[in-house]
Amino acid sequence: MTSMALLGAVPKLLASNFIIRILRPGKQVFQYRAYNNDRPRPSPCGNPLVGVLMASTKSVPSPRPTLRKSKTGISGFDDITGGGMPTGRPSLVCGFAGCGKTLFAMEFLVRGATQFGEPGVFIAFEESESDLVENVASLGFDLVELVKANMIRLDQIEIHRSDMSTSGEYDLEALFIRLGHAIDSIGAKRVVLDTLETLFGGFSNDSILRSELQRLFRWLKDRGITAIITAEREGGNLTRQGLEEYVSDCVILLDHRVIDQVSTRRLRVVKYRGSVHGTNEYPFLIDEDGITVMPLSSIGIDHGTSNERVSTGVKALDGMMGGQGLFRGSSVLLSGTTGTGKTSLASHFAYAASSGGEKCVYFAFEESPSQIVRNMKSIGLDLTPHLESGHLEIVSARPSHYGLEMHLATILKKIDSFSPQSIVLDPLTSLVNAGSFSDAQAMLIRLVDILKGKGITSYFTSIIHGGLALEASEVGMSSLMDTWLLVRQDEADGERNRLLYVLKSRGMSHSNQVREFLITGEGIQLREVYLGPQGVLTGTARIALESRELTEAAFNQEEAMRERALADVRRKIVEAQIAALKAELHASNLENERRGKGLERSREQDVEARESRARSRGYPLNGGSK
Amino acid sequence: MTDEVVQMLSPDSRPGLQIPHDTPAGPQYLLKLFVTGSTPRSLKAIANLTAICEKHLAGHYELLVIDLYQQPELAKDNKLVAAPTLIKSLPEPVRRVIGDMSDTAEVLVGLDINLK
Repeated sequence: MTSMALLGAVPKLLASNFIIRILRPGKQVFQYRAYNNDRPRPSPCGNPLVGVLMASTKSVPSPRPTLRKSKTGISGFDDITGGGMPTGRPSLVCGFAGCGKTLFAMEFLVRGATQFGEPGVFIAFEESESDLVENVASLGFDLVELVKANMIRLDQIEIHRSDMSTSGEYDLEALFIRLGHAIDSIGAKRVVLDTLETLFGGFSNDSILRSELQRLFRWLKDRGITAIITAEREGGNLTRQGLEEYVSDCVILLDHRVIDQVSTRRLRVVKYRGSVHGTNEYPFLIDEDGITVMPLSSIGIDHGTSNERVSTGVKALDGMMGGQGLFRGSSVLLSGTTGTGKTSLASHFAYAASSGGEKCVYFAFEESPSQIVRNMKSIGLDLTPHLESGHLEIVSARPSHYGLEMHLATILKKIDSFSPQSIVLDPLTSLVNAGSFSDAQAMLIRLVDILKGKGITSYFTSIIHGGLALEASEVGMSSLMDTWLLVRQDEADGERNRLLYVLKSRGMSHSNQVREFLITGEGIQLREVYLGPQGVLTGTARIALESRELTEAAFNQEEAMRERALADVRRKIVEAQIAALKAELHASNLENERRGKGLERSREQDVEARESRARSRGYPLNGGSK
Repeated sequence: MTDEVVQMLSPDSRPGLQIPHDTPAGPQYLLKLFVTGSTPRSLKAIANLTAICEKHLAGHYELLVIDLYQQPELAKDNKLVAAPTLIKSLPEPVRRVIGDMSDTAEVLVGLDINLK
């Protein structure tokens, strides 16, 4: 850059005859302010490079000028700022002690050097170089190597007020020279000043310091250096010394709050001149990979949808949902009181989801992996082959082990590294205990959003505590869920029976029946719906009614047989009666016949007798013609 | 140390800074004054300091004036932040005075010179 060239040239001029120069005090070529006036006017965004560019393309209708940004490489941060820190400008990173300022700044430098090929200078006012190297080594940054490779320069600035006295006016030109030398020695594009305000402790004259700092920021800007200045917060002020007045292009506020004994780090872009940015407080965390900011709430609802179906792992349950199960990429909430078989149902899903070449991660917050494997074996579900083949992974963590954000980040990291098609989170409610209600809700919204965005089918279980309405999903997230299964236990006749029903399932026809299910040695089995005269019956009541009905049926059958036999007998009696009557009739007929015949015979006998009498008398009877 | 020296102020080039060799009184002083080019402040500091030295340390001091623009690496080596900075390397303890040396009393305190 021209400024650097000039800077380099002038000392050379002087070097030849220093004394003479000293005796001619009129030439103030070193004053940056004076020099500043000769420079091409900086562009509105203050970046000299952009300024030059814009000047050279003045005749061409330029596209809408956008602020140039330098990626920090800090995961998530570049998303919320739309590209990182403003290039060629100083930015302020402030926060209370221990909020991660130094680390943020250091990561900005290290990532700049390793990922974007931009060398950087770290000016430490508080820590020694060796301390810095050690501190960031735990985050996987090898500063020694980077220093050797001329990608990072560390410089510790110590100010010992005790062995220093002040006599008259001074400025901080030595600091400028020091910084300038460090920048030039490696061609640095990035600079971190951590924590600049320490200067105020070293020097008594505030007004000199303020004007010098102002000059420093302008100087950095003129050199096109993307700088981060860290500052400590005090009370309600962003910085102890009001640095935000000078560094006003971009102000990042880091916060570290402890609520209910759980700490959460948060980041907020207070100000970003000339750029749109996310204005929310974004949780971030520091782990072995550095800082992760979670810009998740900025994600809109525009995830793609799939018509593909995946099994819940329980065939009859699939049957309740149009016969095909869940939509791929949908979210399922399985809620129920404790001991209703949530983990078993979830394990069935995990089993099915890790079959057929697909992968599934099971996040368990209550049980260890081996415990889950053992317990599921007892119901005939052997997860071991899936674990061994690498299609299933059980990740166990205590909910109270770390804050919500850390949990979320761990989950996301696992998802990134394992790239599963489905996940199980068992139980979701444990996470709520790791943070406040609203935090948990916000976190879950983000989690569900991300999972949907990635097309990952998610299966959450949730414990409903006794006394609450069954539909009262305590994290208020049921509306986020595509499918909501409810399991409950009904107590009656001295026993508890498990019932399951589909409370809702978006985009598919689903059964409205409450089904009883049994956890058997062959897994979960849904029983056929039993509708008795008194409604749906379960458990022993169902069995009792069933047997009662059986006896009744048997009894009825006997009764019918008896009826039939009786009818038979009756019929036989009637038949017998009919036969008797018939016989009687026959008898009387016979009698009549006999009587008729007797009459005839007697009449014949009469005739014979008369004839014989007549013959004996010698004349025929009735004409006597015979 | 000598390689850091940019310009030794030799007696012949600066008539006002004659170092008399015949009157050694007290310990030998080694002073380094770091300035930033030819700003009025730098010049003022050089003038003020030489005057003080001549008055109080005549004959037993060595003053090195170093231009940081020419040897910027010295800024880091000497842990400098402000300019001008005077470092009293000898006698021990090492002390620093910043400023244009216009406050003579402060300079003398910094140089551990007791005026009685």
